[in-house]
Amino acid sequence: MNKHTISLLLENESGALSRVSGLFSARAYNIESLSVAPTDDSTLSRMTIVTSGTEEIVEQIKKQLNKLVDVVKLVDLTESEHIERELMLAKVEAIGEARDEVKRLVDIFNGQVVDVTDTTYTVEITDTRDKLDSFLVSLSSIKIHEVVRSGAIGISRGEKTLAI
Amino acid sequence: MELTGAEIVVQSLIEEGVEHLFGYPGGAVLHIYDAIHKQDELQHVLVRHEQAATHAADGYARSTGKPGVVLVTSGPGATNAVTGIATAYMDSIPMVVLTGQVPRPLIGNDAFQEVDSVGITRPVVKHNFLVEDVNDLALTIKKAFYVATTGRPGPVVVDIPKDITAHKAEFSYPRDIKIRSYQPELKADSAQIKKAYELILEAKKPMIYTGGGVILSNASEELVKFTKSIGAPITNTLMGLGAYPANDKQFVGMLGMHGTYEANMGMHHSDVLIAIGARFDDRVTGNLEKFCPDARIIHVDIDPASISKNVKVDVPIVGDVNDVVIELNKLIEASDQRLESGALASWWQQIEEWRAQDCLKFNRDTGTIKPQFVVEQLHQVTEGNAFVTSDVGQHQMFAAQYYGFNKPRRWINSGGLGTMGFGLPAAMGVQLAHPGEQVACITGEGSIQMCIQELATCTQYKLPVKIINLNNGFLGMVRQWQEFFYDRRYASSYMESLPDFVALAEAYGHVGIRVTKPEDVRQAIEDAFGKYKDRTVFIDFIIDREENVYPMIPAGAGLNEMILV
Repeated sequence: MNKHTISLLLENESGALSRVSGLFSARAYNIESLSVAPTDDSTLSRMTIVTSGTEEIVEQIKKQLNKLVDVVKLVDLTESEHIERELMLAKVEAIGEARDEVKRLVDIFNGQVVDVTDTTYTVEITDTRDKLDSFLVSLSSIKIHEVVRSGAIGISRGEKTLAI
Repeated sequence: MELTGAEIVVQSLIEEGVEHLFGYPGGAVLHIYDAIHKQDELQHVLVRHEQAATHAADGYARSTGKPGVVLVTSGPGATNAVTGIATAYMDSIPMVVLTGQVPRPLIGNDAFQEVDSVGITRPVVKHNFLVEDVNDLALTIKKAFYVATTGRPGPVVVDIPKDITAHKAEFSYPRDIKIRSYQPELKADSAQIKKAYELILEAKKPMIYTGGGVILSNASEELVKFTKSIGAPITNTLMGLGAYPANDKQFVGMLGMHGTYEANMGMHHSDVLIAIGARFDDRVTGNLEKFCPDARIIHVDIDPASISKNVKVDVPIVGDVNDVVIELNKLIEASDQRLESGALASWWQQIEEWRAQDCLKFNRDTGTIKPQFVVEQLHQVTEGNAFVTSDVGQHQMFAAQYYGFNKPRRWINSGGLGTMGFGLPAAMGVQLAHPGEQVACITGEGSIQMCIQELATCTQYKLPVKIINLNNGFLGMVRQWQEFFYDRRYASSYMESLPDFVALAEAYGHVGIRVTKPEDVRQAIEDAFGKYKDRTVFIDFIIDREENVYPMIPAGAGLNEMILV
C-alpha cells in the first residue's frame, strides 16, 4: 500500500466534484484527502487527491478518473519530484508553561500564532503532511481543542506543468 | 429560427436521426409532449412503465447499433428509468435518456415530483447533464449523443427543467462537437499490435475469447477472417454470442459459469489467450487465482480501464476492436508465417476430446417438456435467424446455450446487470426497429411478470413478438442454487399464485397458447411464427419443474473444475 498524490484538472462545473468523490466511494477506493478550487483559468478546477492502494489499484484509480468526462488532465505527482503542501490551523490550550512551550514548537515548525486569547493560541502551519503530523505529535503534552487541515495540494518540480 | 425549449428538444432528436422515442408523459415534460404532438417525423412509443421505456430503447440500440432514446418525466419517471439505465451502462449500450425536471426556481425545494436525477443516475451513466439555460439545450443534446455513441458506448442522461422547455432560443443544431476533456478516438499502438501478432505466431494452444465489444464495434466480419486465418478455437462470452457463427466448427461455445466444457477447458489449458472486446467478468473467469495458468494474454479493448483490471495481461492494446482486428488481419495477410501446424493439430485433437463429452446433452425421454428442447425447436423453426431477447435466470442460460446465434445483434440480453423484466420491452424495441423480422422473447414465469404490463404496448403498436415462457413454477436459477448450496431449502423461490397466462394474453388481445406435452412444442412454435405471424403470441410452456442448467462452475472454482451433469 503506497500513498499517491494525484492532481487533476477538471471542468469547473456543478457536479464535477461529486463525480470524482462518487467514483471513490462506488469503487471502494481509499481517499485520504481531497482539495479543490478554481485555477487562474476560471473554467478549470484543480483537484489534489491523496489516496493509497496497491500499484494495481492506484493504476485503476487513475484510469477510472481519466474516464470521467469532466476530467481534462491528470498527473500522478508521486511518480516524479514534486512539492506538496498542506495548511493546518490548530487551536490549543495555552495556559501557564504551555504558553511558552507552544510558542517554541510553533517556531521550530516555522508556523505562526494567528489568534490569541487568555487561554488559547490558534496556530497556523503550512508544510507537508508528515510535518503537520509530527507537529501534532510534538504537542502530546498540550491539550488540543481543535484541528483543521486543508488536505494536501501539490505541484511538480522544474518546468513540468499540468495545464491545457 | 426561434423555438421553445420543447421544440428544440424535438428538433434536435430529429436532427440526430431518431425514429422512435420511448417514453411516458408527466407534468415536467408536458411542453415536450405537446411539441411531439405537433409533428410527425419522430414517433413516440408509449410504454406502460418507465423501466420498459429504457429496456425498449436498449433493445432498439442493441439490435441496430444506433442509440436508443428515452423521454420520461421528473421524480418517479426518472427513478423508474434507473434500472434500465443501469442495465445499459453495464453492457455499454448507447442510450440517451431525457428526464424532465421541476422548474429551476423549485429545484432543491422538495417540489412535487422532484428528485436529483443527475445525482441518482450519476453512478450508472457514462455522463449526465442538467440543462441550466435554454441556449445550451441543443448543444447539450448534441454532446449527449456524441458521448453516448463514441468510445466505449453508454447511457447519457439529460435532465431538463420544465421552465427551460417553455423558454425560447435561437435554434441551430451544431454539426460538429468537441469536448476538450473527452477524447474517445483512440488509435491503437501499431507496435503493440505487431507484438500481439508475433505472440500469436508462437502459440501452440491458442484460444480466442471475445465479448460484447466485438458486437459494439461491428467487428464480426473481421473477427471471422482473423479466426479462420489463424485456425484457433474461439469462444464467446454471454454478451458476445453471435459475433462468431455458432454453427462454425472453430466455435467451441460460450465460456464461463454455464459455458461449455470445451470452451472452459480450452481457456484453462491455452498458452496464448487472445481476448477481444471482453472484460474478464467474474462469471467468465471463475476463480481468478486459477485462471488460465499457462497463458500469455493479449487484450484488445477500447477502454483502458478494462485492461489489467481483473487479470494482468501481457500485451494490452487500447483501441477500437474493429480497427485492431483489421490491422492484425493485414499483418497475417502480408506474411506466409502461420502457427505451427503440428501443434495446432494436436491442440484441436485435445479440444475435440473435450467436445466429445457433449456437455449440453440432456435427457429427452422424460415425458416432460425440457426447456433446452423448446429453445432447440425455436432455433429450428426460425432457422437460427430470429432476434432473441431474454430475461434473467435459467431460461437465459438455456437460450444462450441452445439457440446457436450465427449473426451479431440477434441475441439481446442483460448480461452485466442481470435485469429481470428486460426481455419483453427489449423485444418491443427490436421489433419496432425490424418490423418484418422474427422476434422472440425467451423468458420465465418469474421474469415476465416484472414487466408484463407491456403486453398493452404490444397491443397498441401491433408488435408481433413471440413470448416463449419457460414456466417451471420456480425462480429456476434461485431454486438451482438453493438445491446445490442450501440443502434444497427453497426459500421464496416457488412462484405461487401464477396467473393464467393464456387468459391474460387474451385479455390484452393477444394469442395465448399453453403447451404441456413435448410432442406439442414444435406445432405451437410453428403456429406462433406461421398462422399467428402478425400477432403477439404468448406461449406458456409448462416445463420440467426441477431442471438445472449444466454444465456449471461453482463459485470459487477454476474453469477446469466444471460440474458436468
